[in-house]
Amino acid sequence: METKKLNKVDLIFEHVDPRVILTKAFKMSNDDIINEVIESGLKGRGGAGFPTGMKWKFAAGEKSKEKYIVCNADEGEPGTFKDREILDRVAYKVYSGMAIAGKAIGAKKGVVYLRAEYKFLIPQLMMELDGFHTLIKDIGYNFQIEYKLGSGAYICGEESALFESIEGYRGEPRNKPPYPTQNGLFGKPTVINNVETLVNIVIIVNYGSAKYKSHGTRFSTGAKVFSVSGDTPNPGIYELELGMSVLEFVNEFGDGDTKAVQVGGASGLCVPRKLFASTIIGFEGVPTGGSVKLFNSTRSMYNVLHNYLDFFNEESCGNCTPCRVGCQQLLLGVEAVKKGDMKSSYLNELAKLADTMKVASKCGLGQSVGNAFNSILENFREEIIY
Amino acid sequence: MYQIDNLVKDLVKQHGRAREALMPILQGVVAQHNYLTDEAMVEVAKELDLSAAEVYGTASFYTFLDTEPRGKYVIRVCKTITCAMKGKNEIIEVLQEMLRINVGETTLNDKFTILETNCIGWCHKAPAILINDTPYTDLTREKLVKIIKEYMHQ
Repeated sequence: METKKLNKVDLIFEHVDPRVILTKAFKMSNDDIINEVIESGLKGRGGAGFPTGMKWKFAAGEKSKEKYIVCNADEGEPGTFKDREILDRVAYKVYSGMAIAGKAIGAKKGVVYLRAEYKFLIPQLMMELDGFHTLIKDIGYNFQIEYKLGSGAYICGEESALFESIEGYRGEPRNKPPYPTQNGLFGKPTVINNVETLVNIVIIVNYGSAKYKSHGTRFSTGAKVFSVSGDTPNPGIYELELGMSVLEFVNEFGDGDTKAVQVGGASGLCVPRKLFASTIIGFEGVPTGGSVKLFNSTRSMYNVLHNYLDFFNEESCGNCTPCRVGCQQLLLGVEAVKKGDMKSSYLNELAKLADTMKVASKCGLGQSVGNAFNSILENFREEIIY
Repeated sequence: MYQIDNLVKDLVKQHGRAREALMPILQGVVAQHNYLTDEAMVEVAKELDLSAAEVYGTASFYTFLDTEPRGKYVIRVCKTITCAMKGKNEIIEVLQEMLRINVGETTLNDKFTILETNCIGWCHKAPAILINDTPYTDLTREKLVKIIKEYMHQ
C-alpha cells in the first residue's frame, strides 16, 4: 500500500490584504490580467471545469456598455459545502476576485447569487460588503456588488437557470449557444464564476501564474478545496493539491473499510475499491467541484443510488423531456428491479436511458445523472438487484 | 398584526415593480407570513402588472416559496445521502413524536411544520436541519429535543 501523504496547502483561507491585491491588479492592463489567468491554467471550481481565463477573454471581447460579473454561490451539489466555508471566512477575497474580473472585462456591476439555505450568513456578508465598497472607493475604482437570494432549487446552480432566477423567472436553463459571455444576465455579456474560482484569482494576482502552476499537475493546476463527508473519521474542509489518486485520498480520510468513493457529488462518479489506485482526482481523471463522499462496507449502494435518483427526480426542472421523464423512470426502474417486479436485465435498458439522457438533455443536470447511475450500476450491480 | 396587502405594498416600495423584483418580494412575504397565500400572490400580480398565473408559476418552481399553509417555524430535515446515512430517520421520528404531526403537516396551533429537503450543505456535520433560516447540525436525539423545546416555549 502506498503511504504517500497528501499535499495540504493553505492558499484559499490565508489572510491577505485586499488593498494590496486590488492595487496591484488595477495597475495591470486588462490583457495582462486575462493572460495571467489563462497562463495559470485555472479551471472553474464549481465542477464543470471551464478554463476561467478563456471565459474572461470571450467576455472582454464583447462590445457592450453594460456587462456583469456573477458569483455563483448556489452551492447545491450533494456533499459540497466549501463555498459556504469560503464565504464565511474570506468573503473579501470573493469580492476582490469579482472586482478584478470586472476590471478585466469592463464590468462595473457584480451580483452574488446565494442559495437560500445559506441565508443565515447574509448579515455578516453584507457587513463585509460595506467594508469592501468603502475600500474600492478609497482606491479610486468603481465596482458595485449586490446579493440575490435563491429559494431552494438545485437547478439554479446551472448558469443560465441562475440568470433566469435573478431576472425573476422560473429557474429553467436556456438553450446554448448563445453563451453567457455573449448573452448572459439581462442579455448582457456576463462572466459567471464559482465562489472558489474567484478566490483563486486573488491567489494568482498575489503570487503570479508561475507559482500558482507549481501546485497540482499539468492539466489540473493549483489546489482545490475538498468537502469530505460520509464514512470518515475526519469529515470537513481540506485544501489539497489536485492530481492525487483516490487511494491516496482514502489512505488519508478512509475509516479502513472504504468500499466506494463518490467523487463530484450526485452528478459525479462512483469509484469502487479496485479502481482506487488507478483513478486520479482532477481533470485528467475524475473531476470534482469538491465533493468527495466515502462509503464503507456497511452501506448499501442501492440506498446510495436510490437517494441520488430521488434527489434528481425532485430537482429536475421539468423543462426538457429526457431529464424530466428520464429521472422519474430511472427511479421507478431501480425500485421495480429491487422489488422483483422487473427482471434484472431491465437494468441494461435503464443504463441505455441514462446514456440517452447524457446526449439529449438540455443542461448539465440531465446530462450527468448517468454518471452516478452507470458507475454505480457497473460496479455494484448485485447490490442493486438483491 | 399586518395586512397582507400592506406587506406587499411595503415590499414593492423596497424592491420596485420590475420583473426582477418578483423573487425578493415573494421571499419577503414568506419571511413575514411563512407562506404565500392566494391573496398575497394576486396582490403581487396586481402591483407588478403580471398575471396571477405568472406569479404562481414562478413561486411554485421554488421549494422555499411555499404556496401551502406553513407554521411559524418550518423545520426542514435534510434527507440527502450523508444525512440519510447519519440518522435522518431518527431525527424525523423525534420531531413527529414531539410535535404529533407527520412530515408535510403543520401543528394545529400553526407553530411548526415538518418538511424534508435536499442537501443543505452540512454533510460534514450530519444530520442537519434548518429551522426557518437557522441551521442546526451534528444532531443527536438529546440535542434535538432541547432545541425543539426551546422553540415550543418561544
